[in-house]
Amino acid sequence: MAKKRNLILTVILLAGLFGLAWYINFETDSYLRRIVNLCMVYAIIGLSMNLTNGFTGQFSLGQAGFMAIGAYAVGIFTVPVSLRPSVFYAAPMHPAIADIHMPLWLALIVGGLCAALVAFLIGAPVLRLRGDYLAVATLGFSEIIRIVITNAQTITNGALGIKDIPPLNDVRYIFAFTAAVFIFITALINTSYGRAFKAIREDEIAAEAMGIDLFKHKSLAFMLSAFFAGIGGGLYAALLGTVDPKNFLFTLTYNFLLIIVLGGMGSITGSMIGSILVTAGLEFLRIFDEPLELFGVAIPLFRPGFRMVIFSVLLMALVLFWRRGIMGTREFTWDKTIAFCKNPFGIFGRKGVDKA
Amino acid sequence: MLKVEELVVAYGGIEALKGISLEVPAGKIITLIGANGAGKSTLLRTIIGLVKPKSGRITYNDKDLTGLNSQKIVTTGITLVPEGRRVFSNLTVWENLKIGAYMRKDEAEIAKDVAWIYSMFPRLEERSWQLAGTLSGGEQQMLAVGRALMSRPRLIMMDEPSLGLAPLVIKDIFRIIQEINAKGMTILLIEQNANMALKIADWAYVLETGRITLEGTGSDLLANPEVRDAYLGKKKS
Repeated sequence: MAKKRNLILTVILLAGLFGLAWYINFETDSYLRRIVNLCMVYAIIGLSMNLTNGFTGQFSLGQAGFMAIGAYAVGIFTVPVSLRPSVFYAAPMHPAIADIHMPLWLALIVGGLCAALVAFLIGAPVLRLRGDYLAVATLGFSEIIRIVITNAQTITNGALGIKDIPPLNDVRYIFAFTAAVFIFITALINTSYGRAFKAIREDEIAAEAMGIDLFKHKSLAFMLSAFFAGIGGGLYAALLGTVDPKNFLFTLTYNFLLIIVLGGMGSITGSMIGSILVTAGLEFLRIFDEPLELFGVAIPLFRPGFRMVIFSVLLMALVLFWRRGIMGTREFTWDKTIAFCKNPFGIFGRKGVDKA
Repeated sequence: MLKVEELVVAYGGIEALKGISLEVPAGKIITLIGANGAGKSTLLRTIIGLVKPKSGRITYNDKDLTGLNSQKIVTTGITLVPEGRRVFSNLTVWENLKIGAYMRKDEAEIAKDVAWIYSMFPRLEERSWQLAGTLSGGEQQMLAVGRALMSRPRLIMMDEPSLGLAPLVIKDIFRIIQEINAKGMTILLIEQNANMALKIADWAYVLETGRITLEGTGSDLLANPEVRDAYLGKKKS
């Protein structure tokens, strides 16, 4: 009964959001469209990172590398064949791939699969490590991926990057991918696989004693994470219209770490909220970058770069007061929302129970 | 049912178990008592496959378990209630139980077993959607036992179920252990609380620094002056 109601509500919400995406796509300016698109793409990548870091509890910092693989798959396969000689002007494209052209959706999936394959190969040695060691090793592999890309001149155009990727600006297209990824991961987390991931995060020894194959599940989570990071990276490339190895420096990973820490490690809803806060928040703080005059006096602090100071202070405050991120490991659920609507003040009474 | 022969387990160069042999017959409660560092937990962790033995043999219903991985051992019907409970604290009570049934695929039977465990521990049913970390120590221990039962084991190994619990709660836990045993499950119990453990044991072993030094029925060991002196804290009369 409640299950059916929740399903209906979810379908209505998705339809509503799709309608909103439709509206944004046709009725708003390109600036807003760009922000919305970026929010969604970052949410996909944030969620993919949450799968290993938040749900399975494996501290991996390889997201930039997997994104790069997805982005380059889109770059290599979607540039129209006629434009390729002008893109690959320094060294011609390798003949084996020079004539392969794919639609964007196929290139995204190919990129995701390549990223998952690389994750499988990397995972075998790396996932035996724990904690900080795993973080360092995945960070290293992410840089190796980037350096391989920089040096594979005939495939990736090396340090010159790939331009003339057919630009993607359709909010609906990106929304469809985002919704699909979120639905898939929500479903996954509620299966026995998802519970096994969380059990590994909570206590590896107890999980193993229950008969859970630690390595198999860590490897699976890592590959799925890479797959979705690849798709996210591909959408990112299509959104920018160009790819360049320098886009995928290891510092890019920290953006997503920020998103998931802010939203809540181990929360699907949190990944979305974190992504919106970081992406849109940084844009709305732009007023601090512009000079401000109050009563004829120019306030000296308001100059380009000041918004980053504000942003950092806000982040520190958030992390100090919400140590586990905005959502923690909690999720948005219809049951809670309806209970809240019926009794908006009940939340104050229940807080004690939640924390106890 | 379970037979351990000349088991030697070493961490690095240090031998935690120096060749111990014991037997757990079906349907009984077997207790192993010993001080800290005697090797009690090591024995259980070796049986469930978390630690690999250096030499010796573990057989279960004449099947050799030595060197198998935990997944295979759990499917044969052995389960471990680990020391310190180790419930998955950020998961709900219900999710914890479901993970206990991880190796099973028969959803209808799993649902039945969840209902059975809830009928045995009504407190868990009340807290079904609560995070396991928010339960009291006694409730967590019940959850750990319930989670272990979810794999439909024939042999349950319990590692110090009384650890850090109030005396009244300990009584409860021991009553539950006897109940489970009465339902036909074999129990291998490890305890520092020798008094309680020996009272319910059919057969008991005393483990000292990696060797078994004494064995006998629970009541025999309770009466044994050496055991009384070392583990029950009573002066020789």
